[in-house]
Amino acid sequence: MSNIWIVLPILFQLTSAVLLLFFWNYIKIQKILSALLSLLGLGISLVLFKEVYNEGLLVTQSGNWSAPFGISFVADTFGTTMVLLASVAGLAVSVFASASMTKARLQFGFYPMLHFLIMGLQGAFLTGDIFNLYVWFEVIIISSFVLITIGGKKAQLEGAIKYVALNLLASVFFLIGIAFLYGLTGSLNMADLALKVQEIDNKGLINVTASLFLVAFGIKSAVFPLYFWLPASYHTPPPAVAAIFGGLLTKVGVYAMVRTFTLIFVGDEFLSVILSVMAALTILSGGLGAMVHQHLGKIFGYFIICHIGFMMAGVGMMTELAIMGTVFYLVHDIVVKTNLFMVSGIVLKINGTQNIKELGGMYQNYPLLSLLMAIPLFSLVGIPPLSGFWAKLFFIQGGLESNEYLLIAFIVLGSFLTLWVIAKVWAEVFWKKGENLPKKARGIYFRELGRRQKLALILPVVFLSIISLYIGLGAENIVSLSERIAKELMNPEAYIEAVMSKKLNAL
Amino acid sequence: MKSLIFQTASKYLLPLLLLFSVFILLRGHYLPGGGFVGGLMAAIAFILHSFAFGLKETRSIVRLNPRYLMPIGLALSIMAAVSPWLVNLPVMTGLWYDEPIKLIGMVGSALVFDIGVYLVVIGSTLTIMFSITDTI
Repeated sequence: MSNIWIVLPILFQLTSAVLLLFFWNYIKIQKILSALLSLLGLGISLVLFKEVYNEGLLVTQSGNWSAPFGISFVADTFGTTMVLLASVAGLAVSVFASASMTKARLQFGFYPMLHFLIMGLQGAFLTGDIFNLYVWFEVIIISSFVLITIGGKKAQLEGAIKYVALNLLASVFFLIGIAFLYGLTGSLNMADLALKVQEIDNKGLINVTASLFLVAFGIKSAVFPLYFWLPASYHTPPPAVAAIFGGLLTKVGVYAMVRTFTLIFVGDEFLSVILSVMAALTILSGGLGAMVHQHLGKIFGYFIICHIGFMMAGVGMMTELAIMGTVFYLVHDIVVKTNLFMVSGIVLKINGTQNIKELGGMYQNYPLLSLLMAIPLFSLVGIPPLSGFWAKLFFIQGGLESNEYLLIAFIVLGSFLTLWVIAKVWAEVFWKKGENLPKKARGIYFRELGRRQKLALILPVVFLSIISLYIGLGAENIVSLSERIAKELMNPEAYIEAVMSKKLNAL
Repeated sequence: MKSLIFQTASKYLLPLLLLFSVFILLRGHYLPGGGFVGGLMAAIAFILHSFAFGLKETRSIVRLNPRYLMPIGLALSIMAAVSPWLVNLPVMTGLWYDEPIKLIGMVGSALVFDIGVYLVVIGSTLTIMFSITDTI
């Protein structure tokens, strides 16, 4: 019962952060140490993933308090897959930051904070307790507050205030929701809640509680009426920070949504309608937002929103096939979005601007690099056989299965908008003849960097692109993985039995 | 603040407050208190001293840069949290030494964890206070 691998990813990231804190003034050591530790962390996540994949669900009760009383940590296939992806993104960003962040920023504890952030993510993916999930969310947002303000530029602080205010609001909603849930059931353990919520007759109160969770996770994951903080803040921090934010932070919200709506608030017609409507409007507003902006960071920010809509649509349909699509998309999206923001970072390093009207001639000057950058860009659109394609296929199949034709229309529309914008970006940044941009006094340009630093910028992009290609070309493995996750999520009995360590009577 | 009364008082208050903070830390397992409150109290002792004598004087007493107290404390807490692995129990299980020790009472992994918290709180509070005082 005390398998150490379950909590090891969390504790390892914490230990890494502590180790890095000891080297506060030695940035060179921090750079190397952080990359090595991230690599090791990835190894640990891989071991955990393999263990869970072969042996099935693993549970540990922290403090040796049995299930509904203590805090359970549960490693199921969904959680460990997310842990693995977080480690992958963490490694890429850690290497990328070593060349793309200025020394002034690294001096104020960027690396320890990065590892604290990854620790929060790992915790959120592995916990089996709803209040503990809240605590991990707090760990995540507090470290992200530091990361978003590091450097202290005026625009950054302005973005940070919006980000902080709305995320704190989300935390308040989350906490009130938990309080309601605790008042109704007297329990915080998610497996226990799954059993107890079903016994409550007052469905109205359950719906109110579920809506509170929906609003809280909705703000975190930036869905339709609640997304305004994202485009206002994500383009302000340096690209390395934006990469980890864009890749992972909103996805934690989606993860929490999938988890609570498949485990605790199951099969409610009212919620499913709201989720579908929100999903459709999220796709539309994200897509339209991406169309009108000229700043690469903002365009990608709106893409995050647009594609969160796809995942929400899967949650809204609530069929096994649609959940499978959501999981597949989640896997694909974390890798691609992290990669995209790093690509925009390299573009910024080369040209000193991210405005697509001013940019140009990338293909002429850097043909190989441009081809590399094409991989995440076209994966995002979902051109077969690249990774985005398969997920959308499942959404559409799932939609046809449950007769949600309107939602399918929005998903197709969202894909078209994405295609249109990516085509525009490609034409403007890569194909258009470039003008000679005036050189800015501040900042180091790409061509002035040393060989090793260039490698540190490009290798993470190569690394994530290879994973993207694998997700697209080796899709059958990811499909069988997401099929398994969807099956586990739709039939949570095994999860509940493992956590509560008792057999269930037929539900 | 150059006041003779204040300076003399804080000279005696510093050890007294530190001692009291340790007392609060130790009684914390079942009674009100613990690492967090104890840590704050210890930090207050140093801050009071810095008000009376100036930051430079206080720095020379603390010696170690308070920033390093944070990782040290965290490391202690992590060790306390993972120590149950050695005897094949889940993480964060409380391990206790059977006999109570004089003056201190029961000793276990929870105490080590709390000492870690105590150090982290002192470290972070002093870092914040010192850097604010440095800028004004």
